[in-house]
This record gives sequence, C-alpha cells and structure tokens, in this order.
Amino acid sequence: MSKKYDILIIDDEEVIINAINMIAKFNEYTTASATNATEALTLLDETSFNLIITDIMMPKMDGFQFLEIVNRKKIKTPVIMTTGYSTLENAVKALNCGAIAFVPKPFTFEELTSVFKRGIEYSKISNKLFSRGNSDDLLSIIPCPPKYYRLGFDSWMNEEFEGTVKIGVTDLFLNSVGSLDNIDLMSVDENIYQGNSVLKVVDSDEYIHQVLSPISGKIVSVNEKVLENINLLAKDPYFDGWIYTIIPFSLKAEINNLTSCSSDI
Amino acid sequence: MKIFKKIGTRLILAVSFTVIIIIGVFAYFNIESHSNNLISEVERHANQLSETVKNTMQFDMLLNNREHIARVIKTVAKEDGIKYIRILNKKGEIIYSTDSTQLGLMLDKKAESCYACHSENEPLQKLSINERTRIFKLNSDSSSTLGVINPIYNEQSCWNADCHAHSSEQTVLGVLDITVDLKEVERLTNNSKRDVALFALIAIVVIAIILRVLVKILIQKPVRELLQATNYVAVGNLSHRINSSRKDEIGKLADSFDNMTVKLAEARMQLFQSDKMASIGRLAAGVAHEINNPLTGVLTYSSFLLKRVKNNPEMKADLEVIVRETKRSREIVKGLLDFSRQSTPKKGTVEIAEVIDNTLAVISNQLKINHIILEKKYDKKIPQIMADANQIQQVFLNLLINAIDAIGKTGGTISITTKEIFLSPYGTFQIRNAMCPNSHSLMDEKHKIDGFPSIKLKAKSSQNEGFINLDPIYGKHQHHYGIQFKENEIINLFCPQCGVSLLDENKKSPTCGAPVYNLIIPDNGKVEGCTRFNCHWQKWDAVDSAGDINFVEIKISDTGSGIDPKFLNKIFEPFYSTKGQQGTGLGLSVIWGIINNHKGKISVDSTLNEGTTFTIHLPVCYE
Repeated sequence: MSKKYDILIIDDEEVIINAINMIAKFNEYTTASATNATEALTLLDETSFNLIITDIMMPKMDGFQFLEIVNRKKIKTPVIMTTGYSTLENAVKALNCGAIAFVPKPFTFEELTSVFKRGIEYSKISNKLFSRGNSDDLLSIIPCPPKYYRLGFDSWMNEEFEGTVKIGVTDLFLNSVGSLDNIDLMSVDENIYQGNSVLKVVDSDEYIHQVLSPISGKIVSVNEKVLENINLLAKDPYFDGWIYTIIPFSLKAEINNLTSCSSDI
Repeated sequence: MKIFKKIGTRLILAVSFTVIIIIGVFAYFNIESHSNNLISEVERHANQLSETVKNTMQFDMLLNNREHIARVIKTVAKEDGIKYIRILNKKGEIIYSTDSTQLGLMLDKKAESCYACHSENEPLQKLSINERTRIFKLNSDSSSTLGVINPIYNEQSCWNADCHAHSSEQTVLGVLDITVDLKEVERLTNNSKRDVALFALIAIVVIAIILRVLVKILIQKPVRELLQATNYVAVGNLSHRINSSRKDEIGKLADSFDNMTVKLAEARMQLFQSDKMASIGRLAAGVAHEINNPLTGVLTYSSFLLKRVKNNPEMKADLEVIVRETKRSREIVKGLLDFSRQSTPKKGTVEIAEVIDNTLAVISNQLKINHIILEKKYDKKIPQIMADANQIQQVFLNLLINAIDAIGKTGGTISITTKEIFLSPYGTFQIRNAMCPNSHSLMDEKHKIDGFPSIKLKAKSSQNEGFINLDPIYGKHQHHYGIQFKENEIINLFCPQCGVSLLDENKKSPTCGAPVYNLIIPDNGKVEGCTRFNCHWQKWDAVDSAGDINFVEIKISDTGSGIDPKFLNKIFEPFYSTKGQQGTGLGLSVIWGIINNHKGKISVDSTLNEGTTFTIHLPVCYE
C-alpha cells in the first residue's frame, strides 16, 4: 500500500464523478475514482483512502452490497452514500449499515464540502482510535450509554418512563464536525420523521451539517439549555446535551432500524 | 354424419322412435279388438244362418224330401260371403253340398268339420255354440274362412217318422256345416292397419316439424347467441352482453354468462389498474433517479461557479438563479419520488384546517377556471388529530377534484365545514380484552371479525353445543355462530377453557327479560348482554359513563351533478368509476381505505342534479 489518496469516488456516471472530483480538488483533497463497485474493491486492495463516497444505484453491485463487503473486509475507511433515489428508507438503511452520511442527489457544492470535511475528520478520529500506543493526543470518544439506540453515528434516542423519547446527537458526530458555531433546531409541535434532517449543526467555517432523526414523532420540548450554551452538547452529549423530547409515533416498528448501544461495548 | 350430431336431429329421432312404439302398441291392441269384434259378428251371423237352415230343413228331412233340401241349401249359399254349405251324415259322408263335386266324399275325424267333436277318443254328444265355429285356411295362400258346424240331433219325430231311417238310440244324426269366407273381415282389418300406419307417419312428421321449430326457438338460437358471445369474449371483447330476456335455464345461463363477463372485465381492469399504478410508481422512481443525476451536474457546477465568482455581482446574480431553480427542480423530483413510494403511514398530529388549506392551495387554479365559489366554515376550536397528514391531504384532494369535476365548467359552490362531534361508544368502541370469572382470557386472536380479535365463548342450546365468536365492537352484532339456533332461543354461555357459566342468574335483560351474560373487562368494568338469540341488548357501564368519543367531522359539499342513487352504495368499491375512461376508479376506494385505517368513517349523501356531500368522521385520538 504505497499510494494514499484522500477520497475514492464511486459512481456509474462520469459527469457525477467529475463534479465530485471538482469539489474535492477545490478543497485540496486527492482523489481516485471507479465507475463500478468491483473496480472500487480492486482499487481498495492496493490503495488506501481516507474516505469513500459511493452511489447506491449502480449496475451489477449496488452501494449497499459494496458497503457490506467493505465491512466484511474490515476496511475502516468511512463511507458516504449518495443516490438519486433518495427515500427515507434508503437514508435510514445507509446509516444503519455503517455509512457515516447519506447525501441525496442533487447536492450543492457546500452540501458536499461539509460532508467531505466531516468525513475526513471522522477518518482521522477513527485512525487515532484504532492506532493504539499513540496516546499523547488523549482523544476520547464518549460511548453511547447502554439501553440507548442510535442511527448510525448521527443521532441517539432513549425511551423515558413516561413513554416520551429523548433525542440527541452522538459524540462521534460532534467530534467529526469539529468546533461548533451554531445549531438550528426545530420547534415544539413539529413532526419529525426517521431519516429526515432534524437538526442543523453549523461549524466554525460556516459549513452546515445535517443530523438525521433516529425516530418519528412529535416534538414536545426542545432543550433550551443547549441553545444558551452550545458547548453543553459536546460536554455531555448523552444526558444534559439532549436536543428534543418527542412523543413517538411508531416506536416499535422504527426501533428495528436502529443499533442498540448495548452492543457497542 | 354432421346432421346426427345436432341436438335437434337427435331429439327428433328419439321422439319419432317413441311415437312409433306408442302408436304401434296402441294400434296392435286396437286392430286386434276391432278384428275380433268383426269376426264374432260374422260368427253370430253364421250361427244364426246355420240354425235357420237347420230349422227350415227339419220338415223336409222328416219327409225325406232330399231335392228340396238341396235347393234350400243352394239358395242360402248364394248369400254373399258363404263359400259352401254341406250336410254330413254320421259316417262322415257328405250327403248334401252346394259344391256338387264333394257329394259322396267321406271325411275322416280329423277334418275341419269334424274335429271339434272328434278331437277326443269318445266323440262329444253336445257342442256349445262357441265351440261350433273355427277359423282355418283351405290352402296356405287363400283367405281365411270361418266354418260353423251345427250337429243335427236325434229327436222323437226323427225316429217316429214314416221312413224309420233313424233308430231312437242315436244322439247325433249328422252335421250341418256352413263355411263363410272372411275376405271382407280381412280387408277391413287391413284397411285399419293401413290407416294406423298412415296416422303414425303423419304424427311423426307433425311432431318432427313442431320439435324442429321449438328446438330452433328454444335452444338453437340462444345457444348460437351464447356461442357467439363466448367467441367475442375469447377475442377480448369483454363489453359484449347477451341481455337475454328469457326466464328459463338458458336465460339463466345467459345471465350468468353476462355476469361472468362483467366480473372478467372488472378483474382485467383491476389487473390493468394495478399494473398501471405499479408502472407509474416504477416510472416515477426511474425518472427521479434519471433526472437527479444530470441535476447533480447542474447543481454542483453552478454552486461551484457561484463560489468562485464572488467578485462579479452580475454573474453571481445569474448563477444564484440557476442554483435556486435547480434546487426547485430537486424539490419537484422529491415530490414525485414521495408519490411513487408505497409510503407507510406516518402518523403525526394533524391540524385539519391546515391540511384542507394546503390542499386548496394545490387546486386554487382549477377552482378559479371553473368559476367555483368556495365556502369555508371551519370550527376554530377543533382539536388536532392523530393522522397521516399526507394521506389525509390525499383524501381531501381526491374529494375536492371529484367535486370540481361534478360541478363542471358552469360554476357552482363547494363548501367545506369542520366541527368537533361526540359519538356514543356504543357501536364504535372495541373490547380489547375480556375474561371469565376465573380470569381466563376469552379473546380469540385467530378468529377476527372485521379485522379485530373476537371473543370466543362456548354455547349450549336445548339441542346442541358449540362455539360462538362475539363481535368485539361494543354494540355491534356481527357475531359468528358455530352452531345453529332457533329464533328467540336462549343460549347458555360458558368459558371455553374452564367451562364456568357466564350467566348472571339474578339479572334479566331489560328488553326481553332473558338471562344476562357477563364478560369481565380487566380494569374497565364488565360488558353485559342478552342471551336470547336475536336480542341485541348490550351494556358496558364503564365505557358509557366515560362519555362519548370525540371525532372531527369534515363535510365537503358541492352543487354539482350529483350521483345516481342506484350507484351510491357502489362508489367506494375499487375500480368503480363514473368518469368512464378518465377516472381510474381508485380514488374513492383509496379514500375509504385511508379513512378506515384511521378508524374513521366516510359516508356520502347525494341528490341527482343538486349536489353531493361527503361526510368524514375522524377520531381525535385513534390509538
């Protein structure tokens, strides 16, 4: 593995590869590309990448099958999934299968840049986490508490005694965003749906990062403390740093699309 | 031969055969009796003649006037049909005969004229009238003849006569034998036979003609129509109808054929529709995917350029338009994708007025074009409901488009009214859990009534026992009976698990006085009901006292063409459309499905040429 690139772009359309490549180049990332998943897997054997962005609907092997093989091969490179067939189901499935982000097509320059930024950061974090011995950075990611459920590494939910559910953002997501500048919350009485954007996090470079909701429901309260003090999010992401309390619509069905945090430890 | 394969020919052959047999048997007995009558008439006549001859000759015989006797015989024999008359003496010698060649011939005992008496060894002394005649043929090809023998008995005058020819010991002196020709009788009999045969022939021909006509009218024509109809259907013309006005079996067959064609057409339509919907879905998904890829190119490059031309305000403004419009396209495609998706209902809190207003925004142009005045009468205080806003919006959209179509280009009014109403739980509230006094659950998850688990009870009547599944909706009586009951019969009810009686001996049904059953509802009192087979009394105090259930009522009325009363009960059926080829016939059935999924109700009220009102009841909280 002599060569090393920042981003591997997989899409069956040349124009998309070119567009993504252009955005990556502008942000000074090095790239390689493949027009199908098989070609991409061969590339992965001889080259290492910091980040992979793959289309979902491709001939022969689709994005999900590709992601499964990547997981099976224990390739730690984070994967971003993108598709023109952007349904909530696809978004939830992508995150649940281990993708770090789901970007519906068509996307803007800014949307993709922010996802790249977070992806590269995520890659750095996971490299540090898995390279033991290099402990001088004192990097620590707070794990998601047991009995919580999470949607990929985006968001978590926890059922409360009253039947309401608390929702928040995972520490890994916050860490990959970097320094927070602002957050954009929804308001009480609004309905949220699993896989839909539920929170916009703005970083210091003014890039907007979307957090997808782990569950559907009606917002009954918003954590005002987080709005007052944005650092609370990073300080205590799983307890005091909650975002919304919601009344879930169909908890039982939707919980099947989530990962139990009990299995993380 | 092809002709023998036809029903008509076969029927005619069968009937002809039967007619021949019947007429044949009838004719045989008829002719037989007719000919017997004729013969006995001839017989009687011959006997009479024989007696007359005998009596006439008696005096001549006493005088032994032989010439006179011969003359008498000859005279008599001239009568029509008499072949010959002869007299034989005791020895068998022909002493008189009209046929002079026979005179003096000797007949033995076996001769036709003799054997009547001489068939036994001892000759008969007396011969009754009936035994005197016999029918025989002189030779095989001649006509039959009837012979009458008349024994001439010895009398006192005979042995006292002067001639002393006979002694007093003799019994029979001779035989008078008259032979009558039966040619005439045979001719008449043959005539009868010929008439009967002719009659049979005419009968067969007439019956055949009648049958032929009847078969043609009753069988061939309708069968040909049916055959033609099957051919039409076979080549795919499912709109062909026979429309038979007949009430017989073939008419019923034609009706059932028409019915089958209608069902076939419906099934084909259904297939076509579901196929069409699936195709639209696939198409939309495909289009979304195909358009999103080029849109990605446009959006990324334009947003990238926008980033790079910060110092050129003119170009920046232009690029902003491109980015904005591409983003708009993105939203349109997203909408298309949402439509195509078999979206699972996403329940949320819904503000009905807001959903209606969103829908009205979509069709505002159409309202304007069709000169429709909109009247909104919203109740501001109605609560939010738990529902899928998208699905509810689809309901309103469909109903409003129907209303616009019903009004047409001439203009009219659509009014939308919302209000909160309270409906009694009787007939709407579901019994979710019921137990016997020994705490055994009575719920039967396997046997559902209208989609809800029923309540299973063991039932005993005076004659038999079995199970009853009670409708779990309080006050609704679509029970399923596993055994039969008589009208007004009182049913004894037991727990199917422990057999404990569910009857409350101390309480009587207030409507008919029959015993009352009790179902224990955990944490929610008890449900009581009447045990009489067709008494529908039921009471659930705990639910009744909790008060009525609140619903949101939405009425959408138009002043359009209205719906024909005879179609009113069909409009919620899938693939029923009054719009002909224009409509999919799915709209109202989908609406019904959505409202039903929300545990709500939709009803329609319409007057032809005056307008239609749809009333929807949605429960405020349906879980």
